[in-house]
Amino acid sequence: MDLLTTIVALPLLGFVLNGLLGPRLGKTFVNVVGCGMPLLSFALVLLAFLRLQAGGGTQPLVETVYTWATVGASSFEIGFWFDRLSAVMALVITGVGSLIHIYSTGYMRDDAGYARYFAYLNLFVFFMLLLVLGRSLLVCFVGWEGVGLASWLLIGFWFDDPAKAAAGKKAFITNRIGDAGFLLGMFLLYRTLGTLDMDQVNAAFSAAALPAVSASLVGILLFIGATGKSAQIPLHVWLPDAMAGPTPVSALIHAATMVTAGVYLVARLNGVYLHAPEASQVIAVVGVLTAFLAATIAVVQTDIKKVLAYSTISQLGFMFVALGVGAPAVAVFHLCTHAFFKACLFLGAGSVIHALGGEQDIRRMGGLAKRIPVTFATFAVATAAIAGIPPLAGFFSKDEILWFAFASGSGGSPLLWVLASSAALLTAFYMFRLLWLTFLGTSRMDAEVAHHVHESPWSMTGVLLVLAALSALGGLIPIAHFLEPLLPLPAVRDGFAHHQTTLVVISVLLALAGLATATWVYGKGLARGESLATRLAPLHRLLSGKYFVDEAYAALLGRPLQWLSARVFLDLGDRRLLDGSLDGMASAARRAAGRLGRIQSGSLQFYMVLAVAGAAASLGWMWWHG
Amino acid sequence: MAEPLILQLVLWLPVLGMLAIACLPQGRDGLVRGLSLGFMLGQAALAAWLYLAFDPAQPGLQFATDVPWIAEWGIHYRIGMDGINVLLVAMTAFLGPLVVAGAFSAINKDIKLFYAMVFFIQFAMLGAFLAQDLFLFYVFWEAMLIPMFLIIGIWGGERRIYATVKFVLYTAFGSILMLAAVIYLVYALQQRDGISSFAFTDLYDRNLPLDAQLWLLAAFSLSFAIKVPMVPLHTWLPDAHVEAPTAGSVILAGVLLKMGTYGFMKLGFPLFPEATQVFTPLLMSLAVISIVYGACLALVQDDIKKIIAYSSISHLGYVMLGLLSLDLIGIQGALIQMVSHGLVAGGLFLMVGMLYERCHTRELAQYGGLARLLPVFALFFTVLTLASIGLPTTSGFTGEFMVLLGAFNAAWPLHEAGQSLPLVLAVIAVSGVVLGALYMLRLAQQLLFGAARAPHQPLRDLDLRERSILVAIVVAVFALGLFPDSALRKTELAAREYQRVVSGAPATPESAP
Amino acid sequence: MDRAQFLLMVSMLLFTTGLLGVMIRRNALVMLMCMELMLNGVILSLVTFAQHSGTLSGAVLVFLVFVVAAAEIAIAIPIVMQLARQRRTLDVEAWRELKG
Repeated sequence: MDLLTTIVALPLLGFVLNGLLGPRLGKTFVNVVGCGMPLLSFALVLLAFLRLQAGGGTQPLVETVYTWATVGASSFEIGFWFDRLSAVMALVITGVGSLIHIYSTGYMRDDAGYARYFAYLNLFVFFMLLLVLGRSLLVCFVGWEGVGLASWLLIGFWFDDPAKAAAGKKAFITNRIGDAGFLLGMFLLYRTLGTLDMDQVNAAFSAAALPAVSASLVGILLFIGATGKSAQIPLHVWLPDAMAGPTPVSALIHAATMVTAGVYLVARLNGVYLHAPEASQVIAVVGVLTAFLAATIAVVQTDIKKVLAYSTISQLGFMFVALGVGAPAVAVFHLCTHAFFKACLFLGAGSVIHALGGEQDIRRMGGLAKRIPVTFATFAVATAAIAGIPPLAGFFSKDEILWFAFASGSGGSPLLWVLASSAALLTAFYMFRLLWLTFLGTSRMDAEVAHHVHESPWSMTGVLLVLAALSALGGLIPIAHFLEPLLPLPAVRDGFAHHQTTLVVISVLLALAGLATATWVYGKGLARGESLATRLAPLHRLLSGKYFVDEAYAALLGRPLQWLSARVFLDLGDRRLLDGSLDGMASAARRAAGRLGRIQSGSLQFYMVLAVAGAAASLGWMWWHG
Repeated sequence: MAEPLILQLVLWLPVLGMLAIACLPQGRDGLVRGLSLGFMLGQAALAAWLYLAFDPAQPGLQFATDVPWIAEWGIHYRIGMDGINVLLVAMTAFLGPLVVAGAFSAINKDIKLFYAMVFFIQFAMLGAFLAQDLFLFYVFWEAMLIPMFLIIGIWGGERRIYATVKFVLYTAFGSILMLAAVIYLVYALQQRDGISSFAFTDLYDRNLPLDAQLWLLAAFSLSFAIKVPMVPLHTWLPDAHVEAPTAGSVILAGVLLKMGTYGFMKLGFPLFPEATQVFTPLLMSLAVISIVYGACLALVQDDIKKIIAYSSISHLGYVMLGLLSLDLIGIQGALIQMVSHGLVAGGLFLMVGMLYERCHTRELAQYGGLARLLPVFALFFTVLTLASIGLPTTSGFTGEFMVLLGAFNAAWPLHEAGQSLPLVLAVIAVSGVVLGALYMLRLAQQLLFGAARAPHQPLRDLDLRERSILVAIVVAVFALGLFPDSALRKTELAAREYQRVVSGAPATPESAP
Repeated sequence: MDRAQFLLMVSMLLFTTGLLGVMIRRNALVMLMCMELMLNGVILSLVTFAQHSGTLSGAVLVFLVFVVAAAEIAIAIPIVMQLARQRRTLDVEAWRELKG
């Protein structure tokens, strides 16, 4: 079997085995299959990576598995494509994915649906690999929808709770809205180019004669898909709710991998976006708005996972800023570092929740640093990384994004930089707020909860340590440079180059300012924060209401749709207009029959008179017209 | 060459089955069931063999039989397989045993008559698909009404009489118009060209005057559109589905509705190509309205069967859209979508039936958390729900994707030429996928998730018979989703021919490229 | 007025008398007799035309009609008698059940 196919197929095999046999064969089997398959995939991805590098790194590995459908001259092939971008993505997915699988063996230890959980997780890895390894947009779309399915299954993993199941549904539907855009973009590409292979799409757009289609239109349509999957404004509403799933799922799907699929898609179709300045501008604006607004919401969240969820949205916004200013390599760099530190944060949060027996409200935490030291240490490293404290991973990637937001020749502007930097400042603030409220200060836990606090098992803390190391050192991996042959960096605007050092200093200062403010406000518990909240009550209400986007959607879309369906279509259309007129015809016929029936009186004489009259009338008519 | 005989056997086996059941003594219920299943399985096996033997490279009819019936009017008993009906015949034969097996526990009244009626309708449906003679087609078309009338009217729910009368009146109304059109068509051609023939092949490419075409197509369309059903001619469907027994719903959704789209594809559009051009904007709009309207209505139903019934309206809107796009991918997608909907909606109706047998209610609000109570049921229901939503790797995706791609493909050049209606419709149809997810997930969510509750407890999970039925359907759903290529090859030449005839291109001696 | 014309007038008179009788009288037997009158009127015209055109088939047809008429009466009289026996009257208005 071919290498890439095997990489993709292994997690699928894990899904089938665990799904069918897992519940019967017990935990050891589930562990071996559930963690073994992604690990094996990871090993094979490394092998493929070595092969790629051995071939000079520019010659992608290509495999065609089979022809899905042939219609006339067009054929849709299922094939895989492994270049540097796919390599980075696949390494992150299988690497971080495997770690999270291992973590889950500890976290989900006592769950009744253990085998089902690992089956779903493997299914997710399968679809995610399909997404990033697919050569054609069609395969990518299969993976795209598939990860949505896995996400739906895993968000609603504890389906007995209707709220959790509803969160899964919301995620699915919101993603579907994006998918409609993806489909249209795909159709448009197919219509004009006759192929969906992404390498050929890129090639077509970099050819001398540009295709007869607006690259911006294609770009915008595909970006609509990306906003759904990557939770960008206005389709970001599903991600916070998605935190209803088990925490490792939030780490894997809703932080490290799936939500970055949109970033991958835009980076992969770099060739299109190079020729789509309008689309790129839209991406940059949406990205920076998302980064900023989500960060403001994160400031007031009190659920540990919700803070991280809004932080994820915000960080994804940063990646889209990079994409929008023509620096996809930097976006992918941030994607990787984000995968490390955000996975670490989520898993750390999971460890906290685990230790506190399910408590997620940071107002009822505090002082955990001494009780669960490993979790605290790793969480602190990751927090510093996301806040952009040098020399941790987040500093490098975020700094490059900020730099290109400022100076990129294709769309960078000081305004963009100002907004992005404010978001970075907010990031540092809310992350350290989280750290203070959770781990430092004095305990605000119930005595009952505090009594049971315990450090997590090695399967969990070990993973945290690995991820913390990656969060610390991941920035040193020159991913952007590695991707440069594939995703060239944009030119710097004239006369901007000498600002670079200044900007680095400013961004470090901003991170430290965030740290200082958070320490000042939350260093002594909740009191100062709460007094601030009451002083700025309207703002606080706006932020903790998440700008009331959910409410707006319900009022503008949900209820009108319901009203239209139930009142107009069903009551007026089906019941009154269509069935009403039919039933009306039926009863009219019955009434008419009742009236006409009276003529048949039973009197022979009367019948005779009628017959004669009829005969006479027809004779007369014939006479007249004869 | 034994294939023509086998095709005859496939068609007539239900009649033999009917006779065999009729000969059985009263009260031997087990025997009746076993024999019915045996006949259906035999038929399915033979049909599968024919499906495999069908040569995709050969244009036109295969395994054909042609015997004069009423020779002086040119009416023949003309039966054969072609690329348009090959998938539908295979699907009909495939669903047959599942319908029979699904009714084992549900039907306990007048069992002999029931299975005889199932055989009767199976015969009529296969006949309508296989007929290559307009008169013969009409006979089979009308014959379908009788068993369906009885199946709903005898074994149906509380309002079965209302439902069955509505169903029959609606369809009969359409059929009468079609009969008039058939007679006029053949008569007019005979007057003009002196040849009296009802053979489909003699009726294509005849260049009727446009005004005659318009009237004839209007009559045919009305009849077919009622069957499909297209909004606003659809209100018989939810009632019929809700009142019909499970087997009736499966036959109705699985096969009977495809009669409408099949009729459009085999007769309506190719017989009257110029009129089709005139009608396309109207019909395409109605198709897209059906997609949205059906989905919206499915969203607010409280009865599980009604949700699936309205979803059928929506899904068949996609089929119509594909057929009208006249794009090869769209046409092929429409054919796949027909089969896919037959499998998925049929499977869902079977599952609702299984649930109804256990709990005796179809009211959605009564259920919750079945994933806890009936895990195997929940697994199958989830798979079929996802197939209905059109998730990749299921047949629903293959159909929807190709239909939408075809519609878009055809609409884009028109848009560039200044005619934007098709593009607008295609875009709305694409948005329909969101609505599809909305109502199906609402159903699955309420049924499977949340706190566990059901009207009757404890519930027993699916037994071996029920599992086997669903496994067969799910395997077919995935096969068509993952490997549609062999099916597409079988239909390609016919789809091309349809495209050629309807778009009005002159006949070429070599229709293959 | 020649003979044919005269005979046709008579046949018309017979037919009209019979028709009026059926329409006006309510006694079933009288109505039957009036129907016979109508029949005879028609037969008379048939014979007249046969005579006029000099063909044989007209005359033959008359005999056929006679046979049929006789058979009809043979069935009708017993039916009327049965009806009369049930209601003890010959009035047709007693039988008004066949109505919508």
